[in-house]
Amino acid sequence: MSEAIQTTKSSKSTSSRLAVGELIRSPAMGAFVGMILVFCIFAAFGYHRNFLTLGGIANWMNFASTIGIVAIPVGFLMIAGELDISVGAMMPASAMTLGVLSGHFELPIALGMIITFGVAALVGLVNGLLVTRTKVPSFIVTLATLFAVGGLTLTLSVIFVDRPQVAYYAPDWAKALFGDRYFGFRAAVFWWLLLTGVFFFVLHKSPWGNWIFAVGGDQESARNAGIPTNRLKISLFVLCSVCTAFAGMCQVIQFNSAQSATNFPLIFNTIIACVVGGVVLTGGFGTLVGIFFGTMTLGIVQQGIGYTEIDRNLSSLIIGVMLLLAVLMNGTFQKLATSWSTGKKED
Amino acid sequence: MSEEKPVLELCNVDKSFGPIDVLHNINLSVKAGEVLCLLGDNGAGKSTLIKTMAGVHAPTNGELLMDGKPVSFRGPKAAQEAGIACVHQFGGTFPLMSISRSFFAGVEPTKGWGPFKVFDRKKANEIAVHEVRNFGITRIDDGDRLVGGLSGGERQSLAIARAVYFGARVLILDEPTAALGVKQSAHVLRIVNEAKSRGLAVIFITHQVMHALAVGDHFAVLIRGGIAADFKKGEKSREEITDLMAGGESMADLEAQINVSA
Repeated sequence: MSEAIQTTKSSKSTSSRLAVGELIRSPAMGAFVGMILVFCIFAAFGYHRNFLTLGGIANWMNFASTIGIVAIPVGFLMIAGELDISVGAMMPASAMTLGVLSGHFELPIALGMIITFGVAALVGLVNGLLVTRTKVPSFIVTLATLFAVGGLTLTLSVIFVDRPQVAYYAPDWAKALFGDRYFGFRAAVFWWLLLTGVFFFVLHKSPWGNWIFAVGGDQESARNAGIPTNRLKISLFVLCSVCTAFAGMCQVIQFNSAQSATNFPLIFNTIIACVVGGVVLTGGFGTLVGIFFGTMTLGIVQQGIGYTEIDRNLSSLIIGVMLLLAVLMNGTFQKLATSWSTGKKED
Repeated sequence: MSEEKPVLELCNVDKSFGPIDVLHNINLSVKAGEVLCLLGDNGAGKSTLIKTMAGVHAPTNGELLMDGKPVSFRGPKAAQEAGIACVHQFGGTFPLMSISRSFFAGVEPTKGWGPFKVFDRKKANEIAVHEVRNFGITRIDDGDRLVGGLSGGERQSLAIARAVYFGARVLILDEPTAALGVKQSAHVLRIVNEAKSRGLAVIFITHQVMHALAVGDHFAVLIRGGIAADFKKGEKSREEITDLMAGGESMADLEAQINVSA
């Protein structure tokens, strides 16, 4: 009888364990240890060259903020088992859109930003629809849109403003919100921190976050569990484009100009930040805190290196080695996490 | 009472994808507290049949009846809401998620209000652990453990417990023992029996005749998209069933063929 299916509430409460043990097994731990290690080494080599001053820290944090804002949604997509490399074109596209709309055509900045977000959402929608409808791997789909959007941006900017770049001076309130520096830190740094907090909640606390893990873990099972996998993926692609557009607009407002050249390093930087942060490329595993630490590590190695006695040319080498170590470590962390406390008795 | 009516019934169901006919004229029914074993070789159309029952595909012709009333599902979610749960070969669970998160994937319990609804981890852990232990997996005592640390049989059990908890009336088990060892298979078969005794209608898909005979009340053999035989427990011997599955040829003939060509 179906009555038998009804459950009785469990009287046994799940034992609370030491949070420390949980922390050590967390995939973010590897990212954190890595970051601390890199930070210490760089601090040791950079002590006499202001690496540890506020200015030194602001320098690489500023650099990391742009990557960080994009790396979060890219990480979400990676956890969901997809990839978005069109961010490299989305960033200049959004910068140019805002520059042309509000700079060249002198639209109010709020309107310019809304339209830019709309354009970004459209690109994300196209990415998402193509990936979910055609079943072509998202790497290829977004590689295609990377070049398509990049080409379109160049062409349109030449049509509208006759040049591949445009100057734009944002009003003071917009500057204060998105472009000014505070204690040497760009406004984008604070946005990055804020978004990290918000998206931490989304990924690890909200039901929606659980769906992202489920889709990346096993799409078929997720669909069978009633999760709208396609809609979820499409919204993640939209989120990714919109966040990238936000980072792009912050740059325009800060630097008073927009460039239309595709930002190829951004693609690699976001992926590296996620992988170093413990996100598994095949999906289903990762933490937001990890992505955050991964981005910081990348910032230190790429930008902070200028404040140390380490040869700047070595930064790519360090990143390469780090990435490899991170991937190898991630495997170990996963094994640790899955085998944890199963050693009681085999049945 | 609907006790006498089959919980799920398929009437003359055909399914074709474009020009390819995968299923033709399928008639099946399963009652509450009964295990229907669906036997078939690879490529016999088992997967398509499961997907048709689970709402993934709509039948091209024919209809599905639940409790005697015709139903049509717009998607797997609709089928699930009607009480049809599908547990797949690899458990339908997520290796890198915790037991409780996996248990509640798609139907997360939340606490809080408005946009600040958060996943209620404590409640989820309690329910998940309790339900799984009810099915006899006493080794699980912590809902925060990752599913990847469970054995294949335990993962199956987790998925079955999940389906039952969410009000499944029909349990479709797609080759649950295919990838398991002898001990783990026995474990899963015990759980199938447990589900049956709780009054669920179980459709057990397998190509292992031994496993089917151990739990089945009713058997159907699927060959090239059609039901080749439909019989009750005790009506046919293991050899006869194996022969049927091999496409009507007797195993002895097959053995002879193999020996000749060798």
